[in-house]
Amino acid sequence: MQVIVDNLDAFGRGAWGTIVLFFWSTLGSLVLGTLLAVFRVSPSPALRAVGTIYVNLFRNTPLTLIMVFCVLCLPILQITFTEDSGRQYRAYAVLALVAYTSSFVCEAIRSGINTVPVGQAEAARAIGLPFTKVLSLVVLPQAFRAVVPPLGSILNALLKNTSVASAANNFELISAMRGLVEQNGNAVIAVLIGTTVTYVVLALLLFAGVEVLERALDRDRKGARA
Amino acid sequence: MGNVRRPCTVRAMSDPVQAPHPGRTATRRPLVVLEGVQKHFGALHVLKSIDLTIAEGEVVVVIGPSGSGKSTLCRAINRLETIDGGRITIDGEELPAEGKDLARLRADVGMVFQSFNLFAHKTVRQNVTLGPVKVRGTSAAEAGRRADELLQRVGVASQASKYPAQLSGGQQQRVAIARALAMDPRVMLFDEPTSALDPEMINEVLDVMTGLARSGMTMVVVTHEMGFARRAADRVVFMAEGEVLEDAVPEKFFTDPEHPRAKDFLSKILTH
Ligand SMILES: Nc1ncnc2c1ncn2[C@@H]1O[C@H](COP(=O)(O)OP(=O)(O)O)[C@@H](O)[C@H]1O
Ligand SMILES: [Mg+2]
Repeated sequence: MQVIVDNLDAFGRGAWGTIVLFFWSTLGSLVLGTLLAVFRVSPSPALRAVGTIYVNLFRNTPLTLIMVFCVLCLPILQITFTEDSGRQYRAYAVLALVAYTSSFVCEAIRSGINTVPVGQAEAARAIGLPFTKVLSLVVLPQAFRAVVPPLGSILNALLKNTSVASAANNFELISAMRGLVEQNGNAVIAVLIGTTVTYVVLALLLFAGVEVLERALDRDRKGARA
Repeated sequence: MGNVRRPCTVRAMSDPVQAPHPGRTATRRPLVVLEGVQKHFGALHVLKSIDLTIAEGEVVVVIGPSGSGKSTLCRAINRLETIDGGRITIDGEELPAEGKDLARLRADVGMVFQSFNLFAHKTVRQNVTLGPVKVRGTSAAEAGRRADELLQRVGVASQASKYPAQLSGGQQQRVAIARALAMDPRVMLFDEPTSALDPEMINEVLDVMTGLARSGMTMVVVTHEMGFARRAADRVVFMAEGEVLEDAVPEKFFTDPEHPRAKDFLSKILTH
């Protein structure tokens, strides 16, 4: 176990890499996922088709494949975001994680939208709100309440999926672990335990965050349940 | 219970009791005009070439058996339902297709639903201010003042900061009326506004509607409340199987309907 204590900084840097990937991927997939859900319920057949094709494509492709595509093919297609190669790889990894995760977020939000009674949207249309405001002011705020628990599971999966980015030149927990294993061949088990514990701690923090959010929404809802 | 009738508040918005006079429609200009309106749901022909003109300030009660297309008619007027044929104009302006123009026109047509449909995540006051602020661009302060005034008028001012689920059905429906009024609509549509209410709450809603009718609001009201029709309506329109079969002043319709289906229908609901 000494190896964990001696390498706390390596675990720390790895955990930080994971957190950064997770943070940007969460932000990106919530935004893109919501947008896709809006596409999927929009009155425009073209937008609905875009949403459906996107979801079916990315939800059914292995994340590793998307990651490899981003890292290997985007440079060939001359799609770059920055000069700095470290940041560039991180951007590719976040892009892959967002592309993949947002398809799940979209479906969770869409099923949340379906829990909102249709009369809510009709009343909103009847007072003259345009489609985008019907969604943003009336439907989505009510849908998000139903979506928090499944979203928690999706983000939990995303947290662990950030490990795929280690194969794309990103430094995060799994890369840190690999480095430590190479240097400490005699303490592999301890390194693995340390890595596991770190993931579990991060996941529990995420879980606590989801709980807080859920309770806040419930408090906000007060008497809104009959 | 919190659903005490407040006749004084209601009377404040109405003239002293006075029967609507049928002749008044002749002098007013047409506000809502339906010409040959057709609607199908798949193979089902729900509106069969409906012609109907509602003049400014007129109160029209629509009555008819379940499934005859009354709701569809209401929903077609503010285009919650598209139509397959014919024309619907509001103040001479044809209903636009989806988009900004349609939203603007819908703001001018108030709608009150059978199931209230108050925004569940917003307080009573927010329900009433949402439209004016987000559609009309009214300032929050001004919209709030107006909301308080309207909630006062429908007798639920004391409930302003509650959520819809904390209110009785009658109170919710009155809030829904205030929400529609906040947009300063040119016409109000009511689709069976008291059908989902417990009997003891029906009158508090009908009183508000009667006051509204007396104040000169143009109204289309789907209801089976005969008392309201006699008291407040200028005309009764009888629908069956997607057709308007009779269009008469209330007194004539209730005492001497011409169409056999109307007679049959009346005998059924009056013996209840
Ligand atoms: N969205 C819909 N899809 C299919 N059929 C519908 C729909 N809405 C109404 N209908 C049918 O149209 C007919 C008229 O309905 P409606 O206008 O609600 O009648 P009413 O309000 O007079 O009871 C009914 O037979 C009903 O089943
Ligand atoms: Mg109906």
